[in-house]
Amino acid sequence: MTVSSREDGVIIRVLAGVGRIFLNFLATVGKLSMFTGRALMHCVTPPFYFRLVLRQMVDIGYYSLPVVGMTAIFTGMVLALQSYSGFSRFSAEGAVATVVVLSMTRELGPVLAGLMVAGRIGASMAAEIGTMRVTDQVDALTTLSTNPFKYLVAPRLIAGLTMMPLLVLVADIIGVFGGFLIGVNKLGFNPANYLTQTFEFLEVKDVVSGLTKAAAFGFVISLMGCYHGYNSRGGAQGVGTATINAVVSSLILILIFNYIITEMFFAR
Amino acid sequence: MNSKPPKIRMRGVCKAFGPKVVLDGIDLDVADGESVVIIGGSGTGKSVLLKCILGIIQPDSGLIEIDGVDVSELSSAERDELMGKFGMLFQGGALFDSLPVWENVAFGLIQARGMDRDAARTIALNKLAAVGLGPEVGALVPAELSGGMQKRVALARAIATEPEIIFFDEPTTGLDPIMGDVINDLIVKCVRELGATTLSITHDLASARKIAHRIAMLHGGKIIWQGSVAEIDQTDNPYVDQFIHGRAEGPIQMQVSR
Ligand SMILES: Nc1ncnc2c1ncn2[C@@H]1O[C@H](COP(=O)(O)OP(=O)(O)OP(=O)(O)O)[C@@H](O)[C@H]1O
Ligand SMILES: [Mg+2]
Repeated sequence: MTVSSREDGVIIRVLAGVGRIFLNFLATVGKLSMFTGRALMHCVTPPFYFRLVLRQMVDIGYYSLPVVGMTAIFTGMVLALQSYSGFSRFSAEGAVATVVVLSMTRELGPVLAGLMVAGRIGASMAAEIGTMRVTDQVDALTTLSTNPFKYLVAPRLIAGLTMMPLLVLVADIIGVFGGFLIGVNKLGFNPANYLTQTFEFLEVKDVVSGLTKAAAFGFVISLMGCYHGYNSRGGAQGVGTATINAVVSSLILILIFNYIITEMFFAR
Repeated sequence: MNSKPPKIRMRGVCKAFGPKVVLDGIDLDVADGESVVIIGGSGTGKSVLLKCILGIIQPDSGLIEIDGVDVSELSSAERDELMGKFGMLFQGGALFDSLPVWENVAFGLIQARGMDRDAARTIALNKLAAVGLGPEVGALVPAELSGGMQKRVALARAIATEPEIIFFDEPTTGLDPIMGDVINDLIVKCVRELGATTLSITHDLASARKIAHRIAMLHGGKIIWQGSVAEIDQTDNPYVDQFIHGRAEGPIQMQVSR
């Protein structure tokens, strides 16, 4: 009797814990949906802060170019080397150019650029807005008749959504160029042949799916940066936590969305 | 008495953070053109009170009316518009550290009033001069200023749009006594010349005596005493008496171990 009632107590405590985690999860999802809805509404209703949108675009698009470019060129080069040595086992070296371009445009361009930008931009957004939150600057905006969603969140979402596809397009080109460099200089491909093979099997869908991913990732990165910064609490430590949460959650969401969008485009 | 509703009317406003009850039924009226000073111990919820009126913190219950309009029934657009009536000096300044000083001061003029940047800049530099800061300060960023200078810039920002209602959260804290008095004069001038309604928080009783028409004391989440400047020295309220004489012994118990 006593044993079974003690067991009951343990079971109830475990179930209560699980329930609490589940409820917290639902509450967070609800909060995030509300935040996203409000943010989107403020993206499309005036007033618009064009200067701020422009500044964010420069920050996301232009200043991320070096790190994304480096990532892309080395990825393209590695892809060429790896696929050459791998495919030569069944005499399919001719497929190198195709493998490089398909992997870059469909998958590695958007995902690697997304991961890099998440580290750079997601962190900086969360830290900046988080600091503004804990020093009352967000509230000060409100008292100056300026909606923080319009002033802080909307420009970042618009910039993330529009600049990531451009950034990924550049990354695709640089990655293919990296593959080309290795293919021609190290693996002995004829330059003209390599280029022909690059475009021979490339379809519009490959590029479009990659750019769709890029737009989704850009949105997710900005949204996570803004959401965690906006809801940060309690001084420097709170801002630190917000920054970690922004980066980790955007990395995870990028991987999840990557699967979903791939499934949408290529599953049959 | 006139028949106009009070500028600010609070009835039974309560706010708790988790188990901690901060405001426990605040009743307070501020008439048009009146200057009210709130005094009270550290951590009694004075800043929270101002933030509740501004809608930055959502009160748990109670009524808050501005010009006779219940603020809890406003849409978000109406609330943004209502904010145009307010100016707020935050206790920590809350200056935008990404903008130069003059743009901080001109922020309300440019963003809310749609004034062009050159005109707003001229007004901003005038406001800075009024708080004793020269035009060269305008080009600096807030991080380059001392604490007292930041406070004065924040004050200039709060009054730049000449709002109808201005809240000052500890306007003279961190200033030297002379500059403190300059700021007192400036606040009095806002009330007298612009007809602004002000609600200020201060620990500085000299400042309170100078700027207040009426003083209210916040303790235990309630307004426990209010009266004119003349009355505060005559009151036999033990809380007020202890507070204005700054005695450690009395009905107000500070949570310290000795
Ligand atoms: N956002 C918040 N979350 C949780 N607790 C809060 C929050 N803001 C204020 N508090 C609590 O409310 C109480 C009152 O805070 P408030 O800042 O209003 O004090 P105050 O009267 O302005 O004090 P001081 O004179 O030192 O500025 C404090 O105990 C504080 O811990
Ligand atoms: Mg305070």
